[in-house]
Amino acid sequence: MSAFLLTGGRVIDPATGRDETADVLIRDGVITGIGKRLDTKGAETIDVAGAVVSPGFVDLHTHVREPGREDEETIASASAAAAAGGFTAICAMPNTDPVADSAAVVEKVWALGREAGLVEVMVAGALSKNLEGKKMADIGEMVRSFARVRLFTDDGHGVQDALFVRRTMEYLVAFDAIYAEHCEDAALAEGGQMHEGERSAALGLRGIPAEAEELMAVRDLALAKLTGCRLHLLHISTAGTVELVRRAKAEGVTVTAEATPHHFSLTDDALGDYDPNAKVNPPLRTEEDRAAIVAGLADGTIDAIATDHAPHADHEKDQELLYAPPGMIGLETALGLGITNLVEPGHLGLPVLIDRMATAPARILGLAGQGSLVEGGPANVTVFDPAAKWIVDPTTMHSKSRNTPVLGTELHGKVVHVFFRGTHTVTDGRVASEALV
Amino acid sequence: MIKHLLSMDQLSAEDITTILDTADSLRQVTDRPIKKLPTLRGRTVCNLFYEASTRTRISFELAAKRLSADVINFSADSKSSVAKGEGFKDTAWTLEAMGVDAIIVRHGSSGAPHQLSRWVKASVINAGDGAHEHPTQALLDLFSIREHFKELDGLKVAIVGDVLHSRVARSNVKGLATMGAEVVVVGPPTLIPREAATWGARIEYDLDAVLEDLDVCYLLRVQQERQAEQLFPSLREYAALWGLDRRRLNRMKPDALVMHPGPMNRGVEISAEVSESPRSIILDQVANGLAVRMSLLYLMLGGRSKEDVTLEELAV
Repeated sequence: MSAFLLTGGRVIDPATGRDETADVLIRDGVITGIGKRLDTKGAETIDVAGAVVSPGFVDLHTHVREPGREDEETIASASAAAAAGGFTAICAMPNTDPVADSAAVVEKVWALGREAGLVEVMVAGALSKNLEGKKMADIGEMVRSFARVRLFTDDGHGVQDALFVRRTMEYLVAFDAIYAEHCEDAALAEGGQMHEGERSAALGLRGIPAEAEELMAVRDLALAKLTGCRLHLLHISTAGTVELVRRAKAEGVTVTAEATPHHFSLTDDALGDYDPNAKVNPPLRTEEDRAAIVAGLADGTIDAIATDHAPHADHEKDQELLYAPPGMIGLETALGLGITNLVEPGHLGLPVLIDRMATAPARILGLAGQGSLVEGGPANVTVFDPAAKWIVDPTTMHSKSRNTPVLGTELHGKVVHVFFRGTHTVTDGRVASEALV
Repeated sequence: MIKHLLSMDQLSAEDITTILDTADSLRQVTDRPIKKLPTLRGRTVCNLFYEASTRTRISFELAAKRLSADVINFSADSKSSVAKGEGFKDTAWTLEAMGVDAIIVRHGSSGAPHQLSRWVKASVINAGDGAHEHPTQALLDLFSIREHFKELDGLKVAIVGDVLHSRVARSNVKGLATMGAEVVVVGPPTLIPREAATWGARIEYDLDAVLEDLDVCYLLRVQQERQAEQLFPSLREYAALWGLDRRRLNRMKPDALVMHPGPMNRGVEISAEVSESPRSIILDQVANGLAVRMSLLYLMLGGRSKEDVTLEELAV
């Protein structure tokens, strides 16, 4: 197999606390040395001076759309977009068609991920059959399948029935599996197009109040405390939810939380021109909420940055705002938004950003071999230039969809190289062409 | 003049005055035996209506025809249109390909005119979008009020009813505030967004508390489905608390006006008696709609080439 020597980069590994200028040697898929004076015989040398050498990023929240909507994204195209964004692992959400609520479907998704071979594709299983929140999905069978499902969610819907939540949490304890919630009270959110507030009132759009998220977070935190189940709150978006998680952690509840790049970067101002690309669920909130998300990421209340990458076809997004589906893509812009909106304004340093994008999500999913740079461990490595400026260009993206409100904006921080299990999947910012379908 | 009219936010007090003054001049045309001007000869105006409408569509059609434009009417229920697979953008491109000069659009989705304006070269006029705005209604209302009081500055106007779901309310609050009127929005708290305070309006839940000061009491239509949504207990209770009847009318100043954008629910927001009283200018509103829409089309589409008739020639 191949060998690579990355020379002169700033090596940051939050898992071990390493932050130093060093060389990294990758041989036969494994990190065989970090430091100086390594045995570089036969290795291709890549000068990465000025760049950061980081563990590959791990996305807890990716909609791959396959099976069902292969016109919007496939597991192969999502893998390419993920690699281009510096990810070496993604977690595929179960709201596909058919829903990933059985061993057969999760194994299919997992197998297609292996076949694409650009990133590790973990599969999230549904909590309930067909995401209906009524009958429990085949949880144990999915845990025991080849896909080894660890995280279960009805993402896209909040589970409305508290008794169903309690029973499912209790059941998940047997497998040390995670109950992950899309916190949204359906009645309060009914018909909502954006965050409820001054903006929605002026635009004449029905709003989704912050309380629709917070009420369900309160319920789930109470039930996680009761059952001892591991709870993960998906894409939290309000200042209130950040505070609820902060208090629950202080009380010892086993809860983790994620936030998306769009929720720490944008506010409901983005809807001002009725841009359907800015319609997303949970909605973009106020500046106060955005600031609370940033603070939560900085102090660790929010463990992970997750993209909620949600591809949609142009012809569906180009409808009236009322009919356009919610969601935006995010794999290829996550790092740039993180550096531009978190690191450069001084909210957190690069090691913390890498922790939130790689180390913490790998720990939440229990992914050995991801989220850290250790000698003898698998070479899942991302090299990025934190100072590189680039414009988000729809013609050079790898996702099959283009639905993001940040098209055309300038971001700082660009992925240069990615190694997935030692394979050089991204070279000088380009995904290995033989890997592209 | 502006290229598109999407929201009253776009118009300054000066713009509004120009539109209303032009409407005044154009109204003379309606009194002539031949009610037609050649101004928009050779131009094509499309009425693109995704929601049922009688008065607004007819008013725009007649306004365009009085100015000699060719008029196309395209009506589609937005839901059936979506089901057929003919998307809004496809329709926009079709109209664009046919070379229309202006598209007058009504749509149930707030912001649809904004989206349309990004897709076509034609001028877009918002004829009502969702719960957002209905600028030409506000302009004709301002025209009607100005006709009676000569000045809008300093007038006290109440907008009563379902402000939350009303595009008429949003456009009128903005237009009245721009012209210096004092606006109070009145209704049950479930139908009054707290954020209305940021639009330049005061919020009041008790109609009886404001009646005596008003120069204009503007009543909004109460949709039957609001009761089904449990936004208030019953239409009967609504009428008792926020309906304008003879008893309440008598408490208003003798020269105060009663207005309604139509269609009315008699016996709910307005009693039949009040709607037909001399204080009601509801039919004037309809008549003035034609002049105001002619004025807008004239200012937005006309007045660009030498052959166009100027206002001075018109006055001759």
